[in-house]
Amino acid sequence: MTTASTQPTRVVMDKCAVAAVLQRMAGEIVARHSDDVSLALVGVRRGGIPLAARLHALLTTAGRAEVLVGTVDITLYRDDAATALPNPQIGRSEIPFEVEGRVVILVDDVLYTGRTTRAAIDAVMDYGRPRAIELAVLVDRGHRELPVQADYVGLRIATTRRERVEVRVDPQDEHVASVEVLGPAENPPSSVY
Amino acid sequence: MNGSVRHLLGIEDLPARDIVQFLDTAEVFFGVSTRRVRKVPTLRGKTVINLFFEASTRTRTSFEIAGKRLSADVVNISVSTSSVSKGETLLDTVKNLEAMHPDVIVVRHSASGAPHFIARHTHAGVVNAGDGMHEHPTQALLDAFTIRRAKGHIADLVVTISGDIAHSRVARSNALLLTRLGAKVRVCAPRTLLPAGLEQYGVEVFDALGPAVEGADVVMMLRIQHERLTEALIPSTREYARTFGLNRAMLARAKPDAIVMHPGPMNRGVEIDADVADGPRSVILDQVEAGVAVRMAVLYLLAAEAGQSPLA
Repeated sequence: MTTASTQPTRVVMDKCAVAAVLQRMAGEIVARHSDDVSLALVGVRRGGIPLAARLHALLTTAGRAEVLVGTVDITLYRDDAATALPNPQIGRSEIPFEVEGRVVILVDDVLYTGRTTRAAIDAVMDYGRPRAIELAVLVDRGHRELPVQADYVGLRIATTRRERVEVRVDPQDEHVASVEVLGPAENPPSSVY
Repeated sequence: MNGSVRHLLGIEDLPARDIVQFLDTAEVFFGVSTRRVRKVPTLRGKTVINLFFEASTRTRTSFEIAGKRLSADVVNISVSTSSVSKGETLLDTVKNLEAMHPDVIVVRHSASGAPHFIARHTHAGVVNAGDGMHEHPTQALLDAFTIRRAKGHIADLVVTISGDIAHSRVARSNALLLTRLGAKVRVCAPRTLLPAGLEQYGVEVFDALGPAVEGADVVMMLRIQHERLTEALIPSTREYARTFGLNRAMLARAKPDAIVMHPGPMNRGVEIDADVADGPRSVILDQVEAGVAVRMAVLYLLAAEAGQSPLA
């Protein structure tokens, strides 16, 4: 952690804004898919997991029953897996349902280079052949390195590559508490994931 | 592994933290083996060489499947087809393999310490797949993985290991690993197959199977290694089966929920009766299944390290 003094921070969403944005995204998902489409939300570990849980609750409230929830860990699918140091803390992918014929909505917190999404798509495909895969993200910060786009976007923000986007989760209720952009760090993180 | 584990040569130098790391990582790969597509792209472009100077079907196949499920290129070299039978030294073999830039070399050799020797002469990560009467670390890891899945934990379990203790690298690696994770390990064999000084490993020593099995949570049977017996250490196979064979009556002395293990190959009717080996408490085939997941974890954790650091 670098000290706050070297990193001017701007808050781009607070808890209320996040709640409103997720509500809108849930509405978009309902509007796009009729009731006879079986939906599954798959949170990308780890930032996407609380968001997938929130969207699931909102979809249920909106009358969409039987939406399934899973998680996917992309460690083994990273395009730098063979050259990066091994990650001793691989998370478990849990997709306890058939993806065959379903619309799978990948849920992540920040869309950046698109490499994580590419890896997550490959991981889901190894469980079967979904009818479609869509992408829902809380924040799209730009700077894509692959042809990837989101179907549901909470907020688009302009950033520089040297900035960091921090999504803070309230440990009490596991809801996203805020989204902040941290100013140029002296040592920008080398990993682009 | 914090960059600390470049090779897996034995359990002896492996701290409990690293053992648990291997087991936890294996849980993830166990899940991969139950999916529709039993393969991940993780080690694409990496090369794993299985270098077997001793016969093995189970272990070599297990490593081969593990490597392939990680998308590594796996090459099998066995002694009968290699230049070793033409008189090449171990060092020359290693130098030639090294020139082909493998990332991991899996070695089985009848000489204790051969994998350690190879590790000193290659940039690749080296996995000991059994060296003489010394160690067989991946077998111990897969046994621990199987026990942990069946019992939920390892600490405080009573584990009986019975068989050719003197010649068994499986017994040695298991005793080291299980005591390190807090199990109470008993070893059992005829006195002629019990080397002196076993107590230094923190195990209880028995020369009769009944008392050794009494109240055990896990009963692990090993075969007599006739290929390593240079003198008559047991009166006869029939005599051994009668006194040291695990049958249903003997198993009744263990805990009611005790599990039965065997690393294979089994000699049915000698160290283990068929109805015990195939019975409801046998986890022998679970061990084989665990072997692939554990070896995937070992290859994964070693492969990315390999080739990046200088010779040890």
